[in-house]
Amino acid sequence: MRNAFIEKLYNAAKSDKNIMLVTGDLGFGVLDKFARELPQQFVNAGISEQNMMGMAAGMAKEGKKVFIYSIANFPTMRCLEQIRNDCAYNDLNVKIISVGAGFSYGYLGMSHHITEDIAVMSALPGVDVYSPADKAEAEKSFDAMLNKQGVAYVRLGKGKENDIHPEGTEFDISKPCLIKDGDKELVLTTGAIIEEAISAREKLGGDLKVYSVCRLKPIDKEAILDILKGYKRVFTLEEHSVIGGLGSIVGNIIAEEGLPVKVVKLGLKDIYSSKVGDQKYLRKLYGMDSDALVTEVLKK
Amino acid sequence: MLISNILTQRVRQDVLEMIFNAKASHIGSAFSIADIVSVLYADVMKYDKNNYKREDRDVFILSKGHAGSAVYAVLYELGILTKDEINSYCKNGSNLSGHVSSKGVEGVEFSTGSLGHGISVACGMAFARKRDAKKGNVYVLVGDGECNEGSVWEAAMFANQHGLDNLCVIVDCNKMQAMGNSKDIIDLPEISKIWSAFGWNTVEINGHDCEQIYKALTMPHKGKPLCVIANTIKGKGVSFMEGNILWHYRNPDGEAYNKAKKELTD
Repeated sequence: MRNAFIEKLYNAAKSDKNIMLVTGDLGFGVLDKFARELPQQFVNAGISEQNMMGMAAGMAKEGKKVFIYSIANFPTMRCLEQIRNDCAYNDLNVKIISVGAGFSYGYLGMSHHITEDIAVMSALPGVDVYSPADKAEAEKSFDAMLNKQGVAYVRLGKGKENDIHPEGTEFDISKPCLIKDGDKELVLTTGAIIEEAISAREKLGGDLKVYSVCRLKPIDKEAILDILKGYKRVFTLEEHSVIGGLGSIVGNIIAEEGLPVKVVKLGLKDIYSSKVGDQKYLRKLYGMDSDALVTEVLKK
Repeated sequence: MLISNILTQRVRQDVLEMIFNAKASHIGSAFSIADIVSVLYADVMKYDKNNYKREDRDVFILSKGHAGSAVYAVLYELGILTKDEINSYCKNGSNLSGHVSSKGVEGVEFSTGSLGHGISVACGMAFARKRDAKKGNVYVLVGDGECNEGSVWEAAMFANQHGLDNLCVIVDCNKMQAMGNSKDIIDLPEISKIWSAFGWNTVEINGHDCEQIYKALTMPHKGKPLCVIANTIKGKGVSFMEGNILWHYRNPDGEAYNKAKKELTD
């Protein structure tokens, strides 16, 4: 999904001279074509996220549509105050791309695990948050981000995610999207971890309805309420802390409406991921793989 | 004759009134930069008072936002802000916050308040203008205490790398910061040499001498960003406030206000 997103950015930048791509000295091999073909719209800000984000605000003030590219927690937490005070407060066109959603960089260690970004970025007024599950969602996220004034954040996997939307199918990125139908139970997921939910559904013999929720902020509350109709419980699955992510968002909607629906949140349980390993391994270790979901679903 | 020469005393009087009436703080910081900001807006920067948003304008960002009262006062003296507006400074419901704000305040380019931000924003504006070969210089004022912030040096490196000769940083070098003398907290001896070492065209001046400020801000610096080290005195203009850290915080009460007013009027 990373390369698909960057390709969309490249194509848009070719016809819009005000699109700028700014990297914090990351993206070796990924941004080459953009940098080579559109050098006037590219700059490497060096390893200095605070200055990069402050500069993004300055460039946006001058009419640029600035896309910031980095990985892990560098373009969010390292420069959170610049995002808040300089970019978002002034509703400037700064779009933040971070590669390495969840445990994409599993073996690199806790510093490179992105597990609280949705919570942190969602807390900022005026910041839209996207968490695509596959290439198609990444592409639609790009279009939505480009076409709306203000700050937006997207967390991307670093590649080789399964395509969950068949080629050419239409869907609305602003709404939760039904990926697999099922009778008895309901799971809402965000990001590439949806493959664990699909796998759990197979293990359960198909009795699990699976939704992908790509745009987490603003959340389409009415759409969530429609989906919840008739359910006594809902599972949420995310490669993110159980605090402040999809589970919290769904839980808040349920609480606000006073619905009799139980929320079972699968995600990182308010701890730091001190172990390393590949993405599948860490999902299992931290209780957010297909088996963990099956276990929860089978509990009465 | 520079306009700023006849402006600075009035600016200090306005600042005193604003801070006294609002029971606000940071009067020492505002007095420290009053001359620099006056020269910038009155004599150096090119902008259209009737169309402040014109694309080719010179811009100024106050990175040490806590001295915002000095900027509001200059804008008032130049007829950009009204008396009612500056009278509302720091009052309930006002747009004129203690840390300088651009929201609903004509003439202020960017809101600041957290240190080390404004210089990066200025750097981004200068970079975008340079890429598009657009006119207009970008001036940004940082404190010497603010130079504790790492982001200041991130911006300094970037501006040098890209030869941003449309960018000028003024360091308000009053050698004091929030908790005392900078030499006892984070000492930056020979700060000029540090900026020079970062590749900047650097000049050191008396930051209370309008002619020196004007000359420094208008000097050619082709191919390099310009850093003006302005040696200043915190609280400049009121004898008992000069060089006294108390006036970073203290609001001038009745007696101090009267004494200060007398000194600024005589």
